[in-house]
Amino acid sequence: MARIGVFVCHCGENISATVDCGKVAETIGNLKHVAYSTEYKYMCSDPGQTLIKDAIKEHNLTGVVVSACSPRMHEPTFRKACAEGGLNPFLCEMANLREHCSWVHEKNELTTEKAIDIVRTQVEKVKLNSALQPIKVPVTKTAMVIGGGIAGIQSALDIANTGHKVIMIERSPSIGGHMSQLSETFPTLDCSQCILTPRMVEVAQHPNITLYTYAEVESVEGFIGNFKVKVRKKAKSLDEKACTGCGLCTTKCPQKKIPNEFEQGMGMRPAIYVPFPQAVPNRPVIDRENCTYYIKGKCKICEIVCPTKAIRFDQPDEILELEIGAIVVATGFDIKHADFFPEYGHGRYKDIIDGLQFERLASASGPTAGVIKRPSDGEIPKNIVFIACAGSRDPAKGIAYCSKICCMYTAKHAMLYKHKVHEGKAHVFYMDIRSGGKNYDEFVRRAIEEDHVNYIRGRVSTVFERDGKLIVKGVDTLLGAQQVEIVADMVVLATAGVASSGAEDLAQKLHVSYDSHKFFAEAHPKLKPVETNTAGIFLAGACQNPKDIPDAVSQASGAAVKVAALFSQSELTREPLVAIVNRTSPPTYSTCVGCFMCQSVCPYQAIEREEFKARDGKVVKTVAKINEGLCQGCGTCVALCRSKSIDLLGYSNTQVYAEVVALLNEY
Amino acid sequence: MKFGIYPGCSLTGSARDYNESVFAIAEAFGLEFTQIPDWNCCGATAAHNLNKELSLALPARILALAEKNGLEEIIVPCAACYSRLVVTQHELKKDPELKNRICEVIEMDYRGTSVILNVIEWIDKYIIPKLEEKIVKPFNHKVACYYGCLLVRPDKILNYDRAEDPQTLDIVMSKIGAAPVDYPFKTECCGAGLSISRTDIVSKLSGKIIEDAEHRGAEAIIVACPMCHSNLDMRRPDINKYWKAKYKIPVIFVTQAIGLAIGLPAEKVGLKRHFVEVKIS
Amino acid sequence: MSHSEHHTERNTLAGSVEKSVEVQAHKCYQCGKCTAGCPVADEMDLPPSMVMRLLQTEEPANDERILRSHAIWLCVTCEMCLSRCPMEIDIPSMMDYLRQRARKEKKVNKKAKNIIAFHKSFLNSIRFTGRLYELGLILDYKRQSLNMTQDISLAPKMISRGKLHLFPTMIKGTAHIARIFKKTRT
Ligand SMILES: Cc1cc2nc3c(=O)[nH]c(=O)nc-3n(C[C@H](O)[C@H](O)[C@H](O)COP(=O)(O)OP(=O)(O)OC[C@H]3O[C@@H](n4cnc5c(N)ncnc54)[C@H](O)[C@@H]3O)c2cc1C
Ligand code: SF4
Ligand code: SF4
Ligand code: SF4
Ligand code: SF4
Ligand code: SF4
Ligand code: SF4
Repeated sequence: MARIGVFVCHCGENISATVDCGKVAETIGNLKHVAYSTEYKYMCSDPGQTLIKDAIKEHNLTGVVVSACSPRMHEPTFRKACAEGGLNPFLCEMANLREHCSWVHEKNELTTEKAIDIVRTQVEKVKLNSALQPIKVPVTKTAMVIGGGIAGIQSALDIANTGHKVIMIERSPSIGGHMSQLSETFPTLDCSQCILTPRMVEVAQHPNITLYTYAEVESVEGFIGNFKVKVRKKAKSLDEKACTGCGLCTTKCPQKKIPNEFEQGMGMRPAIYVPFPQAVPNRPVIDRENCTYYIKGKCKICEIVCPTKAIRFDQPDEILELEIGAIVVATGFDIKHADFFPEYGHGRYKDIIDGLQFERLASASGPTAGVIKRPSDGEIPKNIVFIACAGSRDPAKGIAYCSKICCMYTAKHAMLYKHKVHEGKAHVFYMDIRSGGKNYDEFVRRAIEEDHVNYIRGRVSTVFERDGKLIVKGVDTLLGAQQVEIVADMVVLATAGVASSGAEDLAQKLHVSYDSHKFFAEAHPKLKPVETNTAGIFLAGACQNPKDIPDAVSQASGAAVKVAALFSQSELTREPLVAIVNRTSPPTYSTCVGCFMCQSVCPYQAIEREEFKARDGKVVKTVAKINEGLCQGCGTCVALCRSKSIDLLGYSNTQVYAEVVALLNEY
Repeated sequence: MKFGIYPGCSLTGSARDYNESVFAIAEAFGLEFTQIPDWNCCGATAAHNLNKELSLALPARILALAEKNGLEEIIVPCAACYSRLVVTQHELKKDPELKNRICEVIEMDYRGTSVILNVIEWIDKYIIPKLEEKIVKPFNHKVACYYGCLLVRPDKILNYDRAEDPQTLDIVMSKIGAAPVDYPFKTECCGAGLSISRTDIVSKLSGKIIEDAEHRGAEAIIVACPMCHSNLDMRRPDINKYWKAKYKIPVIFVTQAIGLAIGLPAEKVGLKRHFVEVKIS
Repeated sequence: MSHSEHHTERNTLAGSVEKSVEVQAHKCYQCGKCTAGCPVADEMDLPPSMVMRLLQTEEPANDERILRSHAIWLCVTCEMCLSRCPMEIDIPSMMDYLRQRARKEKKVNKKAKNIIAFHKSFLNSIRFTGRLYELGLILDYKRQSLNMTQDISLAPKMISRGKLHLFPTMIKGTAHIARIFKKTRT
């Protein structure tokens, strides 16, 4: 016979202000099978928990209902208390009197009635609870970092330095991400390549890191500690071991007119190429879409000149199957380009460029060797206009958010320009200057005070070309909305940061959420900023939202710690609230009819087939079986099963009926 | 085939040249129009400046008349009228209550089913397919295509060409042999309805539009709106006075240019009625 | 219940603008892009973004400034501001509303006299004939604006080019048009 204990909490005054807790405890105490019922000011406090533990022993309880706040808040607390009191923790339930009752109603009798009803449902349910054992799963102590920008690099190095293996997947031919394209970095103006390259090399040389470039995730299965990831290693068309990186092929390749992605289209590269001199790995790849041999079937000059015979034209893509314990997503961001702006010429004016193009112009290693020359005719611009918030904070263009990094890099650009072109004039059209951050505002002030950058508060309506100049029509809202027209030689748009291409696709493969702008979503905006809503998958860097290097790196280290914490355990315990397909004795084996509809709907691929064989080894029945390691207890299969053969442990059909029936019945 | 046509007031008066060219090319291509019987003025700028209901009722009467006479497709050569008709159709569709009220005012049924074509849409649909074979004298000139405001804005309602650097007129002009110049003033305002009450403003704005076209080496400004035409052409003396300039560039309706290209004489397409002499042909 | 429903009906110009033309003044973040592209902003006493800012204050004195401004009459409804506003604020419709409101409250700016005279002459011309009678319009406008010498040379040139009719065309439904004018209280 069931002996249930009920513990009604006042939650200070959160519950007792509107619910008569004494009456609840007393009424419930009179119910059949309730062996003990009491109230207390703070059940979650130490004395409150002791009350529960003592009552379990004293009254020999077979089930406990704590009538307090939301189970999201304190279910673990009370289950632990029960376990300490000698009761299986899954024989403890919570009735939510706070969020579901006291907070949302006035103080009156009906409120107390409702509270009693809520507790009754849980009393009926807990009578049917059974003792469950937590599920233990092993942990594969290898992490995968997807994306090799600064965030991915930092995360990989931090994890590798804790002694765990890391596999890094980068889809372009080199790691480095956007930081490798930057000239100098705010707020200190140190050279981006100089601080980044050592880290890139460290990744390549770290004994715990395996780097796959030119590779992308194909599919992800499994769960925390036990992911199975398929990775497509795109054919580089060469034997990486044989290649010495001499670069002969890249200089001899006749196909030289391919817009260089690394230079943001402001330079050309051959079909066989290394994206930039400091690339890691420093080995070329053949861009098959543009290689003469793949297009026309003739050429092979690279093969002829290669001293080590490393070229492999027939190399296929390779699929790697990897066992992974935790994943860090660090796929970064992209920016909008000038063609996103109809009012600034639909991208057809060569001298209207985006911020990354400016970075390349300002880079010593860039297409102009660091001299600021405008793309159209190579002249040094004497008058330059920067337009902040280009595309950001612009709901009409579908981007309502602030891109966060552009105020700072625009100040940097204006400053770099002034340092390089002393007699030049730099103007910045802005709406607000967002420079919160250590030494950030000081940096912007320096641009204004020391480098005399002309900041004009207002947006630009249009830019057009006339006689090789760009006419910028803006406004100065601080002068009572006065129109301003600037005849500029070059215009730089601080374009919106957007999700990296393919982010949505990857999120779906990983089963993690993303927002309406396709940025990866964190599990909680404040308290779980590096977790995703899928256990074992973490976020680092600008794949979550545009952010600068310090922010990206901090988050990357945060993600690394989460991975290390996970890997510090040899096995994981999970709540056993999973589905099971019933089993009966032969010859039925199960009421499951083997339709496997459940298999097709399970979002976690948790449903397998089990065959029952007769003595002669012949299969007599095939029924569904649920892999408790994979099942997330979502219940989809339960609802779908036509023969009602599946139940969810802890939330069985009979338990839920009992709750409903309790509400329908008088007591 | 017969279409409805809503000429609008200017085409019967100050934009007779436009009217003549529309009818001349229609005839050349074997297209006939039926005028919407007993049409009235659309109310233009004055109505929507002074009285919203009137500004919807006047166009609604026109559209209701078209419906009543079974004219499903109507061409509206005047960009200003085109804008008023399309905006009215949009507003009444959006707000059924308003529609009922307007029906009451005009004492007529109105369903809002008419397809309203501006002149370029009409050209695109009915002239372009047969154009090539008819061209006898390609319009080999550099031109600045001036769309004005009302053909492209409000773009969310008109849903016609893109609002910035529109292309439809340029494409039509290249089809008859013209070379459109890059022209950022395409959709800048000419001063519109302020022509008489604030001639100074119209002179200033129109002058900028003309200056840029000349500066880019255009031999003609091509328009598709009688209001733009009258501001750029008829107001030329005021413009030249305001800017102390001698702008000579002619302003030609797209339909006139097509007429010339298919060999119609200048008089027939109304070119002799312009204030600024048209020397090119 | 959404937050905006908590607000009580506002007895301000911004409130009535919102109600009649669905323009929410507080959505404007004062970027000035409207003003930057407005063809007549440099003629205006209150460029469009300033009108928006004054509306936002919901101060009676500022509402008054807007209604008495010259700017609302200079706006030519070119729609440039709406087409480029990042917040998609329909300034042209709002201007239409403000003009009608200014007339109703008899707060029309003196400098706008000619503009209104023209609009009135225009409507007068169609009120009686159904279509615009351009010569009549010019004469009526001269009468209303007392601007006798303006455009004196234009009319003969127009007539010689067949662009100006000496007599109006009357449509058949003139009575119908007159009723429409009456019902809309024009
Ligand atoms: C113009 C400009 C100037 C800037 N200046 C500064 C500055 O001065 N100071 C500063 O602190 N910050 C600056 N930033 C910001 C800085 O670039 C970012 O903070 C930083 O690059 C973020 O790093 P990340 O690793 O998160 O992303 P990224 O640098 O974007 O790297 C992401 C990496 O992931 C790879 N990837 C993407 N998708 C996949 C996939 N599906 N599979 C595998 N790999 C994938 C990409 O190829 C890339 O290598 C600037 C940004 C811009 C646009
Ligand atoms: S085969 Fe392709 S990559 Fe090699 S040299 Fe020729 S074009 Fe270049
Ligand atoms: S020539 Fe051969 S060894 Fe040298 S970089 Fe090219 S592939 Fe490598
Ligand atoms: S960071 Fe600055 S420039 Fe970038 S969107 Fe935000 S406010 Fe605009
Ligand atoms: S409960 Fe959900 S996750 Fe578990 S087996 Fe059923 S459908 Fe799959
Ligand atoms: S463009 Fe729009 S948001 Fe900007 S000031 Fe004008 S009305 Fe306000
Ligand atoms: S619609 Fe009026 S306010 Fe807006 S840009 Fe045109 S003239 Fe200026």
